[in-house]
Amino acid sequence: MTIDDVAKAAATPDVAQPWADLGMAADEYDRVRDILGRRPSASELAMYSVMWSEHCSYKSSKVHLRQFGDKTTEAMQERLLVGIGENAGVVDIGDGWAVTFKIESHNHPSYVEPYQGAATGVGGIVRDIISMGARPVAVMDPLRFGALDHPDTARVLPGVVAGIGGYGNCLGLPNIGGEVVFDPSYQGNPLVNALCVGKLRHEDIHLANATGEGNLVVLFGARTGGDGIGGASVLASQTFDEGGPTKRPSVQVGDPFAEKVLIECCLELFGSGIVTGIQDLGAAGLSCAFSELASNGDGGMEVNLDLVPLRDPTLAPEEILMSESQERMMAIVRPDDLDAFLAITTKWDVEATVLGTVTDTGRLVVTYHDQVIVDVPPRTVAHEGPVYHRPLARPDWLDARQADTPDHLPRPVTGEELRALLLRMVGSANLSSRSWVTDQYDRYVQGNTAQAMPDDAGVIRIDETTGRGVALATDCNGRFGALDPYRGAVAALAEAYRNVAASGAEPLAITDCLNFGSPEDPAVMWQFEQAVSGLADGCAELGVPVTGGNVSFYNQTGDVAIHPTPVVGVLGVIDDVARRTPSGWREPGLGLWQLGVTRDEFAGSEWAWVEHGHLGGLPPVVDLGAERALAEVLVAGGRAGLFAAAHDLSDGGLAQALAESCLRHGVGARVDLRPLGHRDGVDPFVALWSESLARAVVAVPVTAEAEAELEALCADRGVPLVRLGRTVDEPVFGVAGLFEVGLDALRAAHETALPGTFEH
Amino acid sequence: MRVGVVTFPGSLDDADAIRAIRLAGGEPVALWHADADLHGVDAVVLPGGFSYGDYLRAGAIARFAPVMREIIAAAGPADATAGGLPVLGICNGFQVLCESHLLPGALTRNDHRKFVCRDQRLRVTSTATVWTRGYVAGQEIVIPIKNGEGGYLADEATLDRLEGEGRVVARYLGGNPNGSARDIAGVSNAAGTVVGLMPHPEHAVDALFGPDDGSGGTDGLGFFTSVLTAVVEGVAR
Repeated sequence: MTIDDVAKAAATPDVAQPWADLGMAADEYDRVRDILGRRPSASELAMYSVMWSEHCSYKSSKVHLRQFGDKTTEAMQERLLVGIGENAGVVDIGDGWAVTFKIESHNHPSYVEPYQGAATGVGGIVRDIISMGARPVAVMDPLRFGALDHPDTARVLPGVVAGIGGYGNCLGLPNIGGEVVFDPSYQGNPLVNALCVGKLRHEDIHLANATGEGNLVVLFGARTGGDGIGGASVLASQTFDEGGPTKRPSVQVGDPFAEKVLIECCLELFGSGIVTGIQDLGAAGLSCAFSELASNGDGGMEVNLDLVPLRDPTLAPEEILMSESQERMMAIVRPDDLDAFLAITTKWDVEATVLGTVTDTGRLVVTYHDQVIVDVPPRTVAHEGPVYHRPLARPDWLDARQADTPDHLPRPVTGEELRALLLRMVGSANLSSRSWVTDQYDRYVQGNTAQAMPDDAGVIRIDETTGRGVALATDCNGRFGALDPYRGAVAALAEAYRNVAASGAEPLAITDCLNFGSPEDPAVMWQFEQAVSGLADGCAELGVPVTGGNVSFYNQTGDVAIHPTPVVGVLGVIDDVARRTPSGWREPGLGLWQLGVTRDEFAGSEWAWVEHGHLGGLPPVVDLGAERALAEVLVAGGRAGLFAAAHDLSDGGLAQALAESCLRHGVGARVDLRPLGHRDGVDPFVALWSESLARAVVAVPVTAEAEAELEALCADRGVPLVRLGRTVDEPVFGVAGLFEVGLDALRAAHETALPGTFEH
Repeated sequence: MRVGVVTFPGSLDDADAIRAIRLAGGEPVALWHADADLHGVDAVVLPGGFSYGDYLRAGAIARFAPVMREIIAAAGPADATAGGLPVLGICNGFQVLCESHLLPGALTRNDHRKFVCRDQRLRVTSTATVWTRGYVAGQEIVIPIKNGEGGYLADEATLDRLEGEGRVVARYLGGNPNGSARDIAGVSNAAGTVVGLMPHPEHAVDALFGPDDGSGGTDGLGFFTSVLTAVVEGVAR
């Protein structure tokens, strides 16, 4: 085998190179030649191609993502210990504790190979969290699939769910929430997003940089194989073609046991204080780890690729550099600490290999078979990739869609019609019980789960002594995004923020996973810009910073892009998880109240979609001032122990929230909608199924004292309050003067959709 | 009272078992799989998880760990009537006990072929073990179950013998979650000192973090308090 080394590259400038097959554009290839002053070697070309891919370089999104930094005020940064740009953001939650959290996508691999794609999505985000020096404490998975009854959904969903469970359960991480959404928009492009949260003490933060000339570059964990080659460039950064090759070899294969051992090994290494820099190996594998560590540090590194332990000895050097084999980490270690380092890796049966050293040359030099195959300035690989100002254009179909309001759709009127609608809605694809999915995830492991799905937010205890903990929720309504991407993004933020507040936690920071179609389509790029602006503006108004996240483009098949889907994960802190507010009521005789105002808002709603297949109009009005005031009431009331339950109103409106809270513990409710209808000028149908934002329902003891406290809380913050009814000692959900339905019938309707589809 | 909790590579619920022992009033002692030393503990818990990834049969590799040689020797033969070291195997630990032949039978893939995590109702059918003596015979409890390979199987003669000798420790109520023969959730050795249980009592010891189905969330604590009182009273060695 002849190796295309640097000397050969310099001597043979005219050799044709496969830059296009590696996903590079002609001008990008020319720029590499300019940087190097010669053509790249095969290995250099491999590195630049993956690191300059959309997935790794954010080349189309960078110019817009700057808004997140620009619109973050100093006050918002107060709780941020590490911001955007590192493996994950780190937030101060008090008492010396910090948490790090991040969401990422693994969309394309999960469509090609659902089990492994979803499994390695969990693995990748967990390694990001470990890389910050944290112990992972929980995961969440926002998932989106095509129509529930589409045959391909029956292929993709069970594999994705089994993969998430198979990997996450084996790591010992409780799965505490997420979403499962069905919409034809995601038919050929399911969205598999994964969030992980980890805990650490302030002093334990680790960063990805290679400093200290002479320090050692150590690769540890699994061996490098031929899986996932080009995952970031060929798979994640291109649109699927109808009838094209399946790209299955670009999907990585996961080994959760290896990752579990790696977690414990890393935490013991961190605890020993002998890791000066750490980076996980994910997208772009060694290419990314070498170039980012060197670029973030003193700028130079010299490594010998012959030393990389291989699972497949036939791999070529450029394949070794591009492989996305899972469960690998890279550490920078002082020579004096190497023996201690190896003692710990040996204890955990983790293979560790010194590949080279940190240098002060400003060059990343990789040798193989005694030849120099890479000699580049690492910043040009890791941080100075191409930046595109892609053209933006408001989609020409948007005006027509916004003009097509749901106002003309026939609505139910009689009690019998409303009752029948309730049973259809609670059993519909997106409103039915998710337990067929979530029962496949371990929510108990680690013993700190105070709340998990189906509650509004997952709540995890961080400190066993004080009970201090965090709450997390992820949300996005892609239909709102399709109607107005700016407002859709703000609505996603508002919903996740509200869900965290409903659990009693104070929202602190967000992470986002921006799932969109092809950036080469000006309409998609416009949607993206709108969504980022909305999110950045919304965060500034609510005072919660973006700590990091992920952009996933090319979620489209042919010319058809998915709905703009900016999934927002909000993190909140709660002084004592014992005081969290659950979403379901446990006892009869509680007073039920609605916080917030109901308007006639059905554009993009579940009702319009389920009953009429309609998507048009403008999404519900967003009022972040009202959201903030509502959140203050929810947090203050929760802290005071005022709420026996609180549930946010979102998809499916008040009807869905009441039904879910009744079914949670089998305790019924009777409500009278006339006071609400009179105050807000809405009929019972609107009261029950409108999806107006900034609303929640709370259950409060029926005492003069508690009611006065609630009224004062709401009055102080200007949150409209109206009495709905009571929880009752009979298994029934009743609406005065209109209808009632037994909880058994309600439960039967709610729980059959998913098992009915996926159990054969 | 010192109760050891073994950590194998891939153990997941070891910290939970340690917390449960502490909440029950015992002194937990971490035992490492590669260390052939029981450090003088009075009882041992083999926790849940996926030891060695369970890529072979669940528990098949862990069973050969150095610490298991000590545990197997100290626990004594499965059919001996005189008890040895009390051992509770939970989930993966139950699988390890079967692979070690400290308990009869085997755990197989769930009949529905999916991992299942839910709050599980059980009936405690034997209080003649050192791990269940604190319960009332026939008591209904709720503790979480979470497994992919929890289907308990044995030949008919063995099942008849286990039932005849009162060695079925707990049975599933309200639906069999994994296809276990005769709804068996746990069994014991003849002496009642070694118990294997598929559901997770260590996840039902603290009201806030256990099942929230109205059971109170602490129904699992009895397994840990039982063994502590057994040791104190000299029922177990």
